[in-house]
Parts: sequence; C-alpha cells; structure tokens
Amino acid sequence: MESTEPAPPTREGASADLDGCVELLGKLLPEESLITDRQRVRTYECDGLASYRTVPAAVVLPENAEQVRSAVAACSEHGVPFVARGSGTGLSAGALPRSDGVLIVTSKMRRILELDIANERAVVEPGVVNLDVTKAAAPHGYYFAPDPSSQQVCSVGGNVAENSGGAHCLKYGFTTNHVLAAQVVTADGELVELGGAAHDAPGYDLLGSFIGSEGTLGVVTSITVRLLRSPESVRTLLAGFPSTDEAGAAVSAMIAAGVTPAAVEMMDALSITAAEQAVRCGYPEGAGAVLVVELDGPRPEVERTFTEVWQHCDEHGAFEIRTAADETERALIWKGRKSAFAAVGRISRDYIVQDGVIPRTALPEVLRRIAELSAESGVRVANVFHAGDGNLHPLVLFDGSEPGAAERAEEVSGAILELCVEQGGSITGEHGVGADKVRYMGRMFTAEDLDVMQCVRCAFDPAGLCNPGKVFPTPRLCGEAPGRRRGVHPLTEAGLAEQF
Amino acid sequence: MTDRTPEPESARQERQPVPPTEAAANPDGAFDAFNPPQRELIDDCVHCGFCLPSCPTYELWGEEMDSPRGRIHLMESGLDGEPLSGSMVEHFDNCLGCMACVTACPSGVQYGPLINRTRAQVERNHRREPGQRWLRRLIFGLFPYKRRLSALRLPLALYQRLRIDALLRRSGLFAKMPAHLRAMESLVPPVRRASRLPARVPARGRRRAVVGMLTGCVQHAFFPDVNNATARVLAAEGCEVVVPEKQGCCGALSEHSGREREAVEFAKRTVEAFDSAGVDYVVINSAGCGSTLKEYPRLLADEPRYAAAAERLSARVRDVAELLVELGPSARLNPLNLTVAYHDACHLSHGQGIRTQPRELLRGIPGLELREINRGEICCGSAGVYNLLQPRAAAELGDLKARNVRDTGADLLVTANPGCSMQIRTALRGRGADLPVAHTVQILDAAVRGERAESLLNR
Repeated sequence: MESTEPAPPTREGASADLDGCVELLGKLLPEESLITDRQRVRTYECDGLASYRTVPAAVVLPENAEQVRSAVAACSEHGVPFVARGSGTGLSAGALPRSDGVLIVTSKMRRILELDIANERAVVEPGVVNLDVTKAAAPHGYYFAPDPSSQQVCSVGGNVAENSGGAHCLKYGFTTNHVLAAQVVTADGELVELGGAAHDAPGYDLLGSFIGSEGTLGVVTSITVRLLRSPESVRTLLAGFPSTDEAGAAVSAMIAAGVTPAAVEMMDALSITAAEQAVRCGYPEGAGAVLVVELDGPRPEVERTFTEVWQHCDEHGAFEIRTAADETERALIWKGRKSAFAAVGRISRDYIVQDGVIPRTALPEVLRRIAELSAESGVRVANVFHAGDGNLHPLVLFDGSEPGAAERAEEVSGAILELCVEQGGSITGEHGVGADKVRYMGRMFTAEDLDVMQCVRCAFDPAGLCNPGKVFPTPRLCGEAPGRRRGVHPLTEAGLAEQF
Repeated sequence: MTDRTPEPESARQERQPVPPTEAAANPDGAFDAFNPPQRELIDDCVHCGFCLPSCPTYELWGEEMDSPRGRIHLMESGLDGEPLSGSMVEHFDNCLGCMACVTACPSGVQYGPLINRTRAQVERNHRREPGQRWLRRLIFGLFPYKRRLSALRLPLALYQRLRIDALLRRSGLFAKMPAHLRAMESLVPPVRRASRLPARVPARGRRRAVVGMLTGCVQHAFFPDVNNATARVLAAEGCEVVVPEKQGCCGALSEHSGREREAVEFAKRTVEAFDSAGVDYVVINSAGCGSTLKEYPRLLADEPRYAAAAERLSARVRDVAELLVELGPSARLNPLNLTVAYHDACHLSHGQGIRTQPRELLRGIPGLELREINRGEICCGSAGVYNLLQPRAAAELGDLKARNVRDTGADLLVTANPGCSMQIRTALRGRGADLPVAHTVQILDAAVRGERAESLLNR
C-alpha cells in the first residue's frame, strides 16, 4: 500500500460496533457461554499480573472450537477487538482484556481429545491444564515436557501463546519443541490447521510463528503435542552455598564440563526465606543461595554425571549437599522452587516478577549489579532463576500502599532489564512481552526489526483485532505503514516485503 | 435476619450495630461496617491462580467467578463499591467452603475467615427468595438439634421399612418433588437401632487419658454406631471416655453458612459443657465439628466471658484419628482381609491438616489394603448442608467422587465425616455401586474386636 496517511481503523465495510457484536454473540452462543453482567465480567479484569486491570466489555466461555470460531467471526464482522485467555496465570498481562473488546476464555475447553501413545502424541483442547497432559500420559510411561512453574494450573493453550518454558527447558526446549500441530481460528474467523502429525512439514513454518505470538495471530482451539518417554532414572540434588557467586560458578563449571542437567535452578536468600515460609521445603539453613540440579536419562549416565555434579558443587563451596531419596523428597525440593513466585507474597505486600535472559557466563556480574541497584534504591530484590540457561526471575518487592514505592520498584525492574539487554540478553525468557514489556521492546529491537514482526502480524491479522496493544510498542493497523517514519517501508520499497 | 430459628434463646440478642435488614446494606458497596471481609487478607492474594484446580466449582464449570481467586476478586469489588447483587451472592453461595484452596495457596491467603465473614454479610444484607428462606429455616431449625433429628428416626425408619421411597419413585411422584427435598430424601442413611452411649466408659487396662466425647447432631441421630465404635476404640486404647450430657450442636453448620450469631450461641454452650467436664482431651469423630471447635477462639473473640475457655477447649480438641496416633496405638489388632479406599473429608484434610493419621491407623491393621482415590483433594459435594442448598452442583460432584471411588476397586469406603458418608453412599448408589461406607473407627473397632471383614461389608 502506497498511502502515507493513516488508513481507516478497520477493514473495509466493518466499523467497530460493540453492541452489535455482543448481540450477535448472544445469538450464536448458548446463554451460559456469554457473560455481560458487570460484576461477573470484572472477575476477568486481570490475569496473573494483577497490576494491570481492564474490565472487558463481554466474556465468552466457548465449549468447543466451533463456538470459538463463531465468537471470533462475530468480533471480526463488527470490527471488535478480542483477547484470548486460558487459566489467566500469565505474568506479562498478555491476556489483559480490552474495555472495547471481547475476552475469549478457553477454560471450559479442557478435554484431552486423543492420547496416541504408539505415535507419542496427544491432541488436547487449549484449556487443558499442562500437568493434566502428563497425568494422562504417565500410566503409559510418557509425559509432556514443558513444565512452567504454574504447570498445575496453566493451560496448554496459554503455553502455546507464550511459548512457555519451565525448569526443564534447559535440556528439553520450550513449548515450540513439543507441538506438532495446532488448529487455530484466524483473526477473521476461519478454522485452519497449522503443522501436521508428521514431525516436519514442508513450506514456511507457520506453526512456528504462531507459537509464542502471544495471542496476536489467532486463537488456538486444539493442540497436537509430543509426548516423551518418562526417563528411566531421575536424580535431584539440592546444594546450599554461602552466596550466589559460588552457586553461579558451580553452574558454569558443570556446564563447561559437558554436563547437561535436565534443570539447574537457583534461588537466593530472600526467595529461600519466602519459599520456606510458604511450603516448609527444608532448604539448607543459612544458605545465601541454593541450587536445585536435576539429572535424568538412562540410569548409568545419570549416576555418572550425578557424581560429577556433586563434585562441582563441592569444589565451588557448597556447604551442604542433599539428594532426594524418593519421589516425596523430590517433590518437596521442587515445591519450594515452583511456589517461589507466589510465596514471595508472604514477605512482601506487592512485587514485580521480572523475566530477563542473560548469557550464563554473565551471571555473577549481573547478580552483583542487581544487588547494587537494590542497595542504591533501597528496593529489595529476590532472585529465582533457571540458572542453566541464564533466565533470571528477579522479584522486585515493594509496598504499594507506600507513596512512590511502586514507581521506585518499576524503575529498578526496568534497570534490570536494561542490564540484561546490555549483556546481550533478552527482556523476556518465557513470560512474554504482553502489555507489561511493550515499552522495553524498543530497547532490544530496532524500528526495522519491529517492522518486520509487524509485517508477519499483518499477514495473519490485517484488521489488527487479535490482542491489539500487546507485544508491539505502538499498535498499528496494517493499513498504516508500520514504523516511526512516514513513507514507504524500506522493505516494501526494496521489493522484499509486501503489506496486505 | 428474617429466618431466625427460635433456638437458642440468647441468639435473639442483637450483636450487630447495624440492624440486619436489607435497607441497612451499605449503599457504597456490598458490605456493612460490621466485620466486612478483611482488606488485608484480600491483599495477600497475588492472583496467581494456583487455587483454581483445587476448587470443586471451578472443576465443574471452569468459570473465574466460581473459583477462589474470582470470589476474592468479588469480595474486593464489593469493598470497592459494587453492590451485593444477586449474582454476587450466587457465587458466594456456590462456594462449598471445602478449603482445598487454602491447601493449594502458596501465598497463604486465609480464605476461611474471608468467606465466613462474607457469608455472614450475605445473611444480614441479602434477602433471599421465599423458597430459599423457607428451606434454610427448615434446615437450621432441624439439623443442629439432636432431639428433633432423633424424633425423625421413627417416621424415617417406617418410611424405609414400608418401602414408601420405592413407591414414590415408581409412581413418578418423587420426580415431581422439589429438588431440595429429593436431595434430602436421597441422603438419609438406613435408620438402625443402636444402643445408647453411657455417660462414662471406663478405660480398658492402664488409663492413659480422660477424654470427653462430642457426639454430634447428625452423627448422634443417624450414625450411633460410629459413636459407639469411637467410645469402644478409645476405651481399648486406654482412654476413659466421658460423654457430657448437656452438649448440643457445636455450631459448625451455622458457622459455615454465615449464621454467625447462632453459631456463637452454640459455641458458648459447647464450651460450657466441656469446660467443666475435667477431661484431658475433647475427642471428635466428625470432621466438620472438629474443625469448628478448633476455630472457637476466633469465633468467640468478641465474647470476653468465653474467650479464655474457648482457648482452653480448642487446645484440647482432637480428631479421634489424631488422638489415637498421638497416644500411640497399643491395642492388639486382629487381621481384616479387606481392601478399602480412604476418602479425605475436607474439614479433616484441608481444615485440620489431618491426612496421614487415619491412613497410618488403617495401615496398622494386618491384612488391610489401603487404596488412594484419584483427585482425592476435591470435595465430594456434601460440605455441611451444601448438598441440600445446592443439590445440582452437589450431585455432580458426588458423581465425580463416586466414579473415582469405584475406580479404586476397593470393597469398602472409609471416611470420617457423616456428611461425606451420606453423600458418597448416595452418589455410589446412583452409579449402581452399592459400596458399603464406614468410619475409620468402625474399621479399627472391628479389628480390635476380631470381627470378620464380612461383618463390615454386610452392614
């Protein structure tokens, strides 16, 4: 498109008509699937990041793919924006509703449609809880690998939207490595299949672009996930260190030695205190940092590497090393780690869960700088992170009732992300950009980078109705030339890209 | 409160500064000024959602406003100015009060006090439709009074003996009855004759403790066997059992339904009955009652004359399984060749954290195999009088539980709460599985007395 003037807000023939949309939804959906009562709708005003709140105009609770399709089609027809949401546990306000839009919640779509053990896959609806996939596969000796800390509640649909990782993604990768196909509703209300049952599909990897798109490309209605055989042997070790420096050095040493643990998690003193209060996980007393290292695989390999890991911890100053003797002890070790975010609520009224990535080798440096930032500003920061792949989760603590505290915390939080980018890392490891980190995208990407992403988005959602306002700094419509400049986009001009 | 029950007399005294009429409802929000849900407890919720999978109503409907997180959100919006609308009340009423969310919550949100205060506010400030008011009047005029319940035994026994239930069903009349009445009818267990519990049962062998026994209302009227078994097992374990005559309802049903004043009056009486009994422990075999007695200090916080006695009492309160493990079982147990599934009553597991003790006692019986129930943390739908007030949701939950119980392949279901027993037995029957149900102490009693497994199975 040549035009340099902003195009009309939506596609030809459609103008935003919220009332008409809600009326149509009422006709298309069963009565109980549409909620417009203000008080009820208000319970959906935020996801897991409760500092962002917007009451949606209506909430739709579809029970099947067809109902999702008709809901999206109704929105598309009336030019009304829509946001998809699963269990509402996201930590970047990615499912933050729009006051002028419809929230499509998949929590009623929680059937496991097919469990195909022989072909090591399962087909699930988007509302199925992550851990329930593993529970269903476990009796057959299989499991679903992505394991975000919220796996007992977060939905697979949300995992697809956010490309969720988890403690074990160091060895097993993110959600994108475990999804073979997805049925999605496109922004104009069409049901399409992306990917296929085979492990590779020719052509562009549309599925790959969809996974992690944070709900900006469509709504997923069923997912074919890969199942992995449960490892023959799992060993979990808990090591207490005087400080994060020693623990970080131990991690670097074990990885340098060629060990790939299934997971390496670190927690600092403050987060240990919180977890201890919440779930009495019995971590080593007086530790400045703990490492949770898990190894899995064939028994002889696990046994050998386990000894190595033990030695690395020992050599780098661990004052106490414990191993989980059985499944109960292993669960308790993990419980401390997995409940850490929410547990911080016990030591602080409010807090920001940050999610940055750095090269693992920069860990000691970054942690020192975070400590300095914390000391300078007087804002407490607890650190929980996937140490193996350098995914940090600093928890910035504050008391919202104290004037100025939220702003100070926000400043520290931003400075930490700045630090991550400076070190060649990323502003998000797994929580997504959502609404929360939109403002940091410009620090990590150039305007051209963002334009390219915008082109992809426009290819899927030309009207910009699908979760608008998330991921990109300035939500633009595809009729506009994306970018901060006026004029034809350089990629278009060069004949490298086309805008629809 | 318009549906006040005539008893206890002192319950009629006004405690609230705000007259309990609809007109007194706060025009600026859902709650009046007397004990609204605590803002500081609401603030503890970080909205992480870890409670969602533990919540029975979220399990059924998958809707945010019928989840603990959503209900806390509703309370918050009520404090922020949203009125106490019918839909808001509906979602508070839908809560079973099972406290599974409290177990699941990593942030330590105290949902119990929040929902209790909210329910009390609902009872004061919301006028229910006439049918609901009558139903509540009937329930709370009946269940907390063991004499009235006992008076029902004879007509119910006749009803069952004469097979009137079958007649009603065959004639199609049953299907035409209101859902609440149908629920009530279906839940009534077979009425059996049982010997009266003496006021004092001596310890067998060396006396290890003197324990006072709370006999309960429903337990007393419909499960006298459980009370008798409790006394026998305690005696066999060296406890002298005292049954104070003046005891009445402990107030659990009223408290869990927001009828705070009624609950306080019942609590005062219970404190009086046991405070002077001179016992080392107060033993309870009904999960809901036990959890309420342990909460007496909070319930009686505004009653200066009772506060100290409430502290003393609650410190001595033990569930029967809890006490037996604490004392260390010493009685010789005969083998029982039996496969049982153990169902955690919510007010035992989530309410009192008692999970291992009953299992430990059961595993101590030679020949007995214990099986776990899938998704055991989810409530069976009984939840005090929930199955009478919300029969549809309760029946769905009951069916879910019955399926999971049946899948264990056990010969018998063990649970330690009369409400759960009735609910699951009814649900199992609905699935065509007539699995016998017994209390933990009944199994122990059979093992102590050397009864055969068949005697438990053929009850």
